[in-house]
Amino acid sequence: MDADTATRATGGGAEGIFRLRLYVAGQTPKSLAAFSNLRRICETHLAGRYEIEVIDLLEHPQLAAGDEIIAVPTLVRKLPEPMKKLIGDLSDTERVLVGLQLLPTVTGELR
Amino acid sequence: MTDPRSVPDVAVPPGVLKAPTGITGLDEVTDGGLPRSRTTLVCGGPGCGKTLMGVQFLVRGALDFGEPGVLVTFEESALELAQNVASLGWDLADLEAQELLAIEHVRIADGEILETGAWDLEGLFIRLGAAIDSVGAKRVALDTVEALFGALENETLLRAELRRLFRWLNDRGVTAIVTGERGGGTLTRHGLEEYVSDCVIVLDHRVHDQISTRRLRIVKYRGSHHGPDEYPFLIGAQGFSVLPASSMRLTHAAGGDRVSSGIGELDRMLDGGGYYRGSSVLISGTPGSGKTTLGARFLEAGCERGERGLLFAFEESPAQLVRDMRSVGIDLQRWLESEMLRIVAERPAARGLEAHLARSYQAIEEFAPDNVVIDPLSGLGGEDYEIEAMLSRLIDHLKARGVTSVMTTLVAGGFEDRSGLGISSVIDSWLELTNVEIAGERNRGINVLKSRGMPHSNQVREFLITSEGIDIRDVYFSEGAVLMGSARVAREARDQAAAIARDEELEAKRRRLFYRRAAVDAQIAALQAEREAESQQLSAEIDSSERVERQVEQDRCERAAARGGSVLSEEGSGEAR
Repeated sequence: MDADTATRATGGGAEGIFRLRLYVAGQTPKSLAAFSNLRRICETHLAGRYEIEVIDLLEHPQLAAGDEIIAVPTLVRKLPEPMKKLIGDLSDTERVLVGLQLLPTVTGELR
Repeated sequence: MTDPRSVPDVAVPPGVLKAPTGITGLDEVTDGGLPRSRTTLVCGGPGCGKTLMGVQFLVRGALDFGEPGVLVTFEESALELAQNVASLGWDLADLEAQELLAIEHVRIADGEILETGAWDLEGLFIRLGAAIDSVGAKRVALDTVEALFGALENETLLRAELRRLFRWLNDRGVTAIVTGERGGGTLTRHGLEEYVSDCVIVLDHRVHDQISTRRLRIVKYRGSHHGPDEYPFLIGAQGFSVLPASSMRLTHAAGGDRVSSGIGELDRMLDGGGYYRGSSVLISGTPGSGKTTLGARFLEAGCERGERGLLFAFEESPAQLVRDMRSVGIDLQRWLESEMLRIVAERPAARGLEAHLARSYQAIEEFAPDNVVIDPLSGLGGEDYEIEAMLSRLIDHLKARGVTSVMTTLVAGGFEDRSGLGISSVIDSWLELTNVEIAGERNRGINVLKSRGMPHSNQVREFLITSEGIDIRDVYFSEGAVLMGSARVAREARDQAAAIARDEELEAKRRRLFYRRAAVDAQIAALQAEREAESQQLSAEIDSSERVERQVEQDRCERAAARGGSVLSEEGSGEAR
């Protein structure tokens, strides 16, 4: 996470690409944790069909309004539709999977 | 983290710096405005006007105090807000274009966000910070951060972050208003008051007897004097305005300037000069005692001097008033046409007392009268203490503007409560009109019950309303009773007859004196003539005696010469002659 926009694409599959955007504010422990948690989950569940864009709001504050960011870290699933928004350091893997709709049984978990 | 009281109290030096809100009345009750560079919580129920207060704080700051502002809205979009306040004459888009205002709309939907671990509100801080920097904001309004409680799950984390937010706002040096929805038992639903320690204002909107009133109360204002009461406030064409309570400070200028009551004899009863300019005059009286007429005459006389008059009529329509007053020689129509006079006719019961007061204020602001008549106060409906409070405020407002006010009030009769309202303490001069029944007639009497700052007549006079206007006459006291009307006329006739008789008697005396003087003069003349005659007589006798004497001497000398000269003893004296 040395560039603010680190794109990580590993080819596209027939099921469609997960386009993910991670908003952080500087390299805080929470930011770093979120990024590494995200990579781990993606590698495990979405290997080869995900893109991660990291936006550091300290450098691009004007980008916060576009996705209505109030909390950081915020993970936004741009694709597939509909858009999903997750906040926190993504340490709760199960919730991340629910939020990204990567688990089959989700209804009870979503608020 | 769970104990909100662990917020460290930041010491506020005595004499807190203030940021004036520019909101009518609010700066007065807060003794100068909101605490500068600190956060004020404004809370109240839905529709109480808290958003408006926040927006107005920013608009006035931008327009009146050169302090740009940031509005963070969590509920309404910038467009909705702009539309809502456009009717108040505020062009938010224009303020944004002039970089006096930045609007940041934070759209959050309940349940949209899933939490997956630790987070903070740095995103919001960054957006707010960028907005503040974009216009160089000195003021911020957050409306309402409580929306975050619906969107975010981890309340403990949220509370910690809100605390950090308020601290951060202080550190940025901005003066902030944070709004909060009123909750049951607490000031705000989510207890925001626990994080804001400097200033808390509660807005209340209640309906009593189907009449709505809005009130504002400063629950807390650390390090500052502030008004302790509930103050009515209004949301009107000028936006949010607070009606400061009566007489927090009695600082009206008290000039010695006098203004005529319009009736010469009444002016004479009031130390010869009439009312003090900027004072408040109460005219109390029973039905039909001439209260309205006296008030209308005061306004007419003012118009004749080139002063503007405003008449609040609570019982009659303008047309009716004009007609009635014409019948007693008071021409209001002329002054209405030349716009020196305005009549605001309305039944106060049609609106709430506060709304009514607001309308009165507005009319006073718009028309800028020199003289105001309120006819009658007793037309105001509502609880007594409310009327009293409202009148005190209105009178103070008028006094502060140097407006002379005449208010009438109807009393049912009797002497216990002659004002009918407990407002005599705020009244400077009090005229009492009475109906006196004597010898089968009702006649009007007028007397000055009190008039601050001047020696005034203590007499009851007769008050006549004729087709030519108002006349005030002396009354007669006869065997302990006051004489008025035809009894007075009869007495006047008797007095006149007596005066004529007295005149005739005097004339007769004068004549007698004249004759007597003439007689005495004649006597004097006669005596003088007598004296003259006597003295002439005596002189003649003396002459004759002298002649005789000389003859005797001459004879003696001749005799001596004839004897041959021996006249030694006698010659000397004879030669010397």
